[in-house]
Amino acid sequence: MTSPITSRRSFLGLAAASTLGAFGLAACGTSGPAPSGGASGGGGGGTATMWALTGQPAEGIRKNAVEAFNKLGKGTITVTTFQNDPYKAKIRTAIGAGEAPTLIYGWGGGILKSYADADQVEDLTSWIEQTSGFKERFLPSTWGAATLGGKIFAVPIQSTQPVLMYYNKSLFEKAGAQPPTTWDDVMKLVEVFNGQGVAPFSLGGQSKWTSMMWLEYLLDRIGGPDVFDAIFANKADAWSDPAVLESCTKIQDLVKANGFIKGFSSIAADTNADQALLYTGKAAMMLHGSWAYGGMKDANPDFVANGLQVGNFPSVNGGKGDPANIVGNPANYFSISAKATDAEKEVAKAYLTDGLFTDAEVQAWIDAGQMPVAASASDKLAGTADATFLQLVFDLVSRAPNFQQSWDQALSPGQAETLLTNIDQLFLLKLSPEQFATAMNATIGK
Amino acid sequence: MSVLTTDTEAGTGAGPAPAPAAASRPTRLDLLVLPALIFFIAFAFIPMIGVLLLSFTDWDGISAISFAGFASWRQVFTDPGTYHALWLTLALMIVTWLVQTPISLLLGVFVAGHQRYRAALAVLYFLPLLLSSAAVAIAFKSLLDPNFGLAAGLHLPFLAQDWLGDPTLAFVTVVFVIAWQFIPFHTLIYQGGVRQIPVSMYEAAQIDGAGRIRQFFSITIPQLKYTIITSSTLMLVGSLTYFDLIFVLTGGGPGDATRILALDMYITGFKANQMGAASVIALILVVFGLALTLGIQRLGGTDRGASQMEGM
Repeated sequence: MTSPITSRRSFLGLAAASTLGAFGLAACGTSGPAPSGGASGGGGGGTATMWALTGQPAEGIRKNAVEAFNKLGKGTITVTTFQNDPYKAKIRTAIGAGEAPTLIYGWGGGILKSYADADQVEDLTSWIEQTSGFKERFLPSTWGAATLGGKIFAVPIQSTQPVLMYYNKSLFEKAGAQPPTTWDDVMKLVEVFNGQGVAPFSLGGQSKWTSMMWLEYLLDRIGGPDVFDAIFANKADAWSDPAVLESCTKIQDLVKANGFIKGFSSIAADTNADQALLYTGKAAMMLHGSWAYGGMKDANPDFVANGLQVGNFPSVNGGKGDPANIVGNPANYFSISAKATDAEKEVAKAYLTDGLFTDAEVQAWIDAGQMPVAASASDKLAGTADATFLQLVFDLVSRAPNFQQSWDQALSPGQAETLLTNIDQLFLLKLSPEQFATAMNATIGK
Repeated sequence: MSVLTTDTEAGTGAGPAPAPAAASRPTRLDLLVLPALIFFIAFAFIPMIGVLLLSFTDWDGISAISFAGFASWRQVFTDPGTYHALWLTLALMIVTWLVQTPISLLLGVFVAGHQRYRAALAVLYFLPLLLSSAAVAIAFKSLLDPNFGLAAGLHLPFLAQDWLGDPTLAFVTVVFVIAWQFIPFHTLIYQGGVRQIPVSMYEAAQIDGAGRIRQFFSITIPQLKYTIITSSTLMLVGSLTYFDLIFVLTGGGPGDATRILALDMYITGFKANQMGAASVIALILVVFGLALTLGIQRLGGTDRGASQMEGM
């Protein structure tokens, strides 16, 4: 290529000019998100910001609750909402850049730990102790995922979401079978339903965390909570525990026995296709989070009213874990940004004490078919549309000796990512239980 | 302003050989390069330096950045997953090229004809290009659902395969969807290329007794040499950046069956929050892409301006 004559000096001048230009451009790029509904004023007190998620019913309930709080005259909170997956990346970038909102929406566990380790969220321990009766307002099992090394960094919000077994009643009646109470029952039912031409279990395997729920329950039933506690504590070779190997073997036996619907790893949970398989009668059973109840109620209210049965995960013979244990998401959480001003923190704390779980909010959650993590909710269940289901969830959560937080939330993000890929490989029979353990041991301490 | 206008005219008019007027006023031509250079430096060069620096650090996105030497490099190069991703990227690059080139070449030749029905068909072929990759991926994900997708809708049981769940099939599916989305673009390039070929060449060939097929191989293909190189460069280098479509369609799964390098970089950086390791993967991509572009340029010969029209 023949280039026009460029003297070295003019080129250097050009380079300098464009570098300056680049800084100018970079400065333009750092505008934060525009807050929605930024109504200022209201009574006394300062202002604070809150980031939360879009999606009903949570979004509407949250906005109503904040509006009600803003009228109390204890400060004004501005809410900005994001979609779930973009939020996870966005909040991390914002916190890293020192532009976090006052109230940070989160899931507790490993991600909260990374915030706490970087001194980005307030230690709320002493404040909660000084605020009498505050801790008792929430279901006790929800505090675990917010507590790190004895310090509390977040307050539970929204609803509790244990993972449950869902059964299609009419398929069970047709087969003359009963929902399983032990793992042996599960394996027998697999034969029964395969014989009838119905898939035993629906599974949205493409989403990976759906497959993870199976391993979470099996490990808890077989080895008890201690096994995962050791993994969580980053003990060397913790994944090589015999209970892990046995759980993996049981999973692969189930896969080999055609326990899951054909093509399960093509099915994505985000389209709710896995739920559709259950209510359209193509699969007889499904292990899923409690939010699937709401999803199926929207899609097929008649099935939820007449054809659905819900229960806890079956026990495993000879297992050490208490069959009353549950796994799932104990709650969602609000943390307070350590970088917020004192005035903003005051408003945020006022919201947590006076704006969170008002009677109206608790009622709104129950009406939406979700079990709020407020202790006061249990008295309000009777007579509501979803009373049976919510009572079951409440009983399970309040009686469970251990509520294991979902592993992908509990572990560090790096470990969680490797875990999900390896679980996928386990379900595809591409990794043996031993290979799975070896691969996961390599993530210990990372 | 008037000075700039003349410059623009001189610049565009210059083509392969610089206009003598421009050569006598060198600084003004430099100015023309300024906007592009600013953008390149701001959005490609400076971030790249940042990535290079980050690759020697340990950073999770929120805590303080700490220097880690070659730890991230060691981590990436001892991870079998990296080589798997590299291999997949290469395989995807070659297979998509092999699938797309013949089809878009033939389609391009076909729609280059001046018949009216071909113009109508060209519009139809062009449609997939107007859709965003994410939309295409979501649509195909639903269509390929083994229980509620196309197979159920059309009552064609053979379509109910484990398209996105079987590691080999998932790769094939990804190739298919990429081809579906990008063939229209390359068809368009070839259509333009074919229309540039002088009709007199075909007329001369006809007089010499060359049939359709002989004409295609002896005139069309040689005349399209540079079109093929351009289209192939776009395909091959572009395949390094396939991300959105695969991310939405399979998320890199099942297992790691479609986890190509670009996806591996994103997951390592933004899901596993290992910015150091992700930066190393990014640099591998940069080197890979650069080597590839240079290689293809070499393949095309150094004298890009050489005439293809000998004897015309």
